[in-house]
Order: sequence, then structure tokens, then C-alpha cells
Amino acid sequence: MTTRISIRGVARTFPLQGKDFVALGDVSLDVADNEFVTIVGPSGCGKSTLLNIVAGLDHPTGGQALVGGQAVTGPGPDRGVIFQQFALFPWLTVRRNVEFGLRTAGVPRAERRRRAEHFIDLVGLTQFADALPKTLSGGMKQRCAIARAYAVDPSILLMDEPFGALDALTRVRLQEQLLDTWSREKRTVMFVTHDVDEAVFLANRVVVMAANPGRIVEVIDVDLPFPRTEEVRLGPDFSRLRNRVWSAVYHQPAQERKPS
Amino acid sequence: MSVVGGTTRATPRRRGVWVLNAVSAAAGLAAWWIYATTDPTVPTPPAVLDKAVELLGDGTLEADILASLRRVLIGFALGTGLAVPIGFLMGWYTVARGLIEPWVQFFRTIPPLAIIPLAIVLMGIGETPKLFVIFLAAFLACVIATFQGVVGVDRTLINAARVLGAPTRVIFARVVVPASTPFILVGMRVGLGSSWATLVAAELIAAQEGLGYRMQSAQLYYDLPTIFVGLISIGVLGLLMDRLLLLVERRATGWQERR
Ligand SMILES: Nc1ncnc2c1ncn2[C@@H]1O[C@H](COP(=O)(O)OP(=O)(O)OP(=O)(O)O)[C@@H](O)[C@H]1O
Ligand SMILES: [Mg+2]
Repeated sequence: MTTRISIRGVARTFPLQGKDFVALGDVSLDVADNEFVTIVGPSGCGKSTLLNIVAGLDHPTGGQALVGGQAVTGPGPDRGVIFQQFALFPWLTVRRNVEFGLRTAGVPRAERRRRAEHFIDLVGLTQFADALPKTLSGGMKQRCAIARAYAVDPSILLMDEPFGALDALTRVRLQEQLLDTWSREKRTVMFVTHDVDEAVFLANRVVVMAANPGRIVEVIDVDLPFPRTEEVRLGPDFSRLRNRVWSAVYHQPAQERKPS
Repeated sequence: MSVVGGTTRATPRRRGVWVLNAVSAAAGLAAWWIYATTDPTVPTPPAVLDKAVELLGDGTLEADILASLRRVLIGFALGTGLAVPIGFLMGWYTVARGLIEPWVQFFRTIPPLAIIPLAIVLMGIGETPKLFVIFLAAFLACVIATFQGVVGVDRTLINAARVLGAPTRVIFARVVVPASTPFILVGMRVGLGSSWATLVAAELIAAQEGLGYRMQSAQLYYDLPTIFVGLISIGVLGLLMDRLLLLVERRATGWQERR
């Protein structure tokens, strides 16, 4: 398996009231081609910062991030980013949002349309291709954002709490759909979340981070079979893994909890 | 008001508002009429209407309206036409902002009317000073709105475009421009209001025709009906132009989440 993303000793400090605030201490992580890695950790542990550095939207103050062996110097169409706030262009229809990156890349109109249609179908928005974002629900908006990221054919998808703003039911549906999309169109995924269940359900590997300074404290392999069905989600292996991730996030083994 | 979502709920309420608007206008007219019958110096609505018909009949009103409209439209077009690019420059380039903003902020504190004496001295008493003050009023109102629109563009949208491979030029044209359009249109409406507000005073500068000039000369003869005709014409024209811009605004910014 080849390494797609290589994070080598990445540090990021922010000046804060005259002092340096260490958002990321010394983070190293390799992500293989077509691997699905989720990143969990408490608020403020630097998950977004790490993702933004890989995306090229932020710069490390130490170390470097490599994508396909090349140091990241800025954003590029090889890395699609999906934001928590959807970030759809509100003045463009679903179709034109999905076509945005293709137009930028100078893809001819017919080809653009064909590719956009394909990914709009893939996320199940065919009926809403000509709708404006304001008429879509939160879940549909995020599906549109996923199609938009997919359309430019990035080898990497970087997702920062993409389902964070959605209700529990929609969130579970979108998790299943995302895995379905991913299994048909394999990509390397880095997926940031607060939600331990979500982290386990989606991942090949769960990266657990801690704050002050932001660092990786544990990497947990998820050996659950694909496709991840409801059975998997309700099965004993899943809850075992979830408990493990949970205690790694909160630094207290589940069995030591006092019964209340 | 959104075209898609708002129709079912908003229509009856809107009709109610229209009825209230009409009732209010009628009540105002009635109050004016009643007052005019008690005070002989104030003309009644029919007297004003007669005057309007008379001024229309001999072509004076048409010529005045045309002259005034021409001034407002030229001043407004030049003002907003310059304000939009300058506002974009200020919002996009820190250097441009640093250089231009002090001037804009300074001139904004001076009412355009206060510029008139200076404009007359520097530009004489022809069309130029009149157009200039109207231009200045429209420019100052619109440049700030455009600038704030550009500065306020959601960072996430710019980042979204960047990660989709858009270079700066494309981000500007396809994200910053559409995202700040609502602000610019609001600025244009405010600019239009200021242009009208400045018109009458600008026409005090040795004009030969125009609504402001007509009212000014009517004042010399205590010709109140003509003054009323002038006032009402300015009000009606201003309202029409504002509604027109509002229509454009609704059309161009219908994509907005809540209006
Ligand atoms: N531009 C910035 N300037 C100063 N401090 C920053 C900046 N960006 C992030 N930080 C700080 O770095 C730390 C990590 O931020 P980051 O957004 O990466 O956390 P996170 O793990 O994504 O948190 P959350 O789960 O709440 O999104 C935070 O303490 C934050 O205050
Ligand atoms: Mg975050």
C-alpha cells in the first residue's frame, strides 16, 4: 500500500496575547491510498488546524505535510474539502455548484454537464439539480457539497465535521451514503468528527487527538467488515471498538467509571 | 420575499398591507384637503391638480422633469459607476483601502450640500457643479456599501473556491462579486436617495429649468400650487426609481436565504 498523505512533525503555533499558543505540538501520521481515516478529539485539540494544513489553507510553523510525496504549499484540486458549514455558493444551483471546479479547470461544457450529472446522481440529488441551495435541507446541502468535491476528481477528501450541523437521523443516513459513495469511488479520506460512533463506523483507522498541546494520543485500527450495515453498527465488535475510542478520547477506561 | 417559498403565507398578509397603505394615503389626502379649506394660503388638492394639468399643458412640467431626471441619472450613474470599482478595490487590496479610506470617511462627514459653495467657485454656475454634488452624494453612499460587502464576504466561500482550484482572479469574479451584489444594490438605493435629496439644492445654482428651479422661482411669486406640484413630482419620481431598483434587487438577490 502506498502512502498518500504524510504528515511529518507538523507543528502550528498561534500568537496569543503576546505568547505562543501551541495548537499542534508535533504531529506525525501517514495515510495510505484509499484509506478512510477519522480524527476524533475534544474541542480545540487542533483537528481543524491539522486538516487545514493538509488542505493548504493554513501553514505549519514546523514540520511539513506531504501529499503524494510533494510538500503542500497551497490548496489544489487533488484535495477536495468539505466544510461543516456546507459552503455552497448560494447564488448557484446545485448543478452549477457541482460544476464550479470543472469550470475553473476549463472542462468543456458538455463534459462538465455529464460529470456533474454523474455525481449529482451519486448523492441522490437528481431531482434537485436546478434548485438553489436555499431550498435544500441541511442534509441535501451537504450531499451537494460532497458531489461538488467529488466532481473535480480529487484523490483526497478532507472533511471537517461535515455532518456536525445535522440531526442524528440524517447524520446516520449520510454516513451510510458516504460509505456507499466511497466504496464505489474510492478516495483517501481524512474525516474530522466529535462523534465517537461516527468515527468508528466510517473508519479504517481512528486517530485520537488530545489538546494542549494538540497531539495524537492513539491510533486505533477498525477491523470491521465493509459494507458497514446496521448489523455491524449494532454488533458487539462495534461497541467494543467504540468503548475503546471513547475511553481514549476521555482518558478514562470505561470499566473504571463509578456506577452512579 | 422569496418567489418559491413565501407565496402561500405572504400573499394575504401583503394584500392587507396594501389596503392599509391605500387607507393611509387617502386619510393623508383628506387631512390636507380639510386643512386647506381652513387656511386660504394652502392650496387644495384640486387646485394643485389644476396647476399640474396647466404646467403639463404648456410643457413646463415635462421639461422640468426631464432636466431634473437627467441630472439625477447622470450624477447617480457616474457616482455609482465609480463607487463600485473603488469599493471593490478598497475591499480587496489592503493598500488601496489604506490610501482611499481616510478620504472617503472624511468626505462622508461633510453633507454634499456643503460642497456647493466650493463647487460653484471652482466649477462656475453651469451644469458641472450640479452634476458634481449629485455625483458625490451617490458615490459616497455607494462606495461604503460596496466596500463593506466585499470585506464581509464569507471566508468559507472563498476557501471553498480556493480548494476547488480557483485562482484569485476567478475567486474575485465568481465569488466576491456575486456575494457582495446585495450590499452594492442596497448602496445604490441609498445613493439614489441621496441624489434626489441633493437635486433641489443643486438646482438652486442658477438653473434655467428643473423641478428645484421651478419651485425656487415659484417661491418668489408665492405660487404655492407650483411648489406642491414640484414636491409631489419629486416624491413620485423618487419613489418610482426606488421601486425599480428594489425590483432589480429582488431579481438579482433572490438566492439569498432569508429576505
Ligand atoms: N487563526 C487562529 N488564531 C489563533 N488561534 C487559533 C486559530 N485557529 C485555531 N486557533 C486555536 O487553535 C486551537 C485548535 O483549533 P482547531 O480549530 O484546530 O480545534 P478543533 O480541534 O478543530 O476544535 P473543534 O472540535 O471545536 O472544531 C484552538 O485552541 C484555537 O483557539
Ligand atoms: Mg474544528
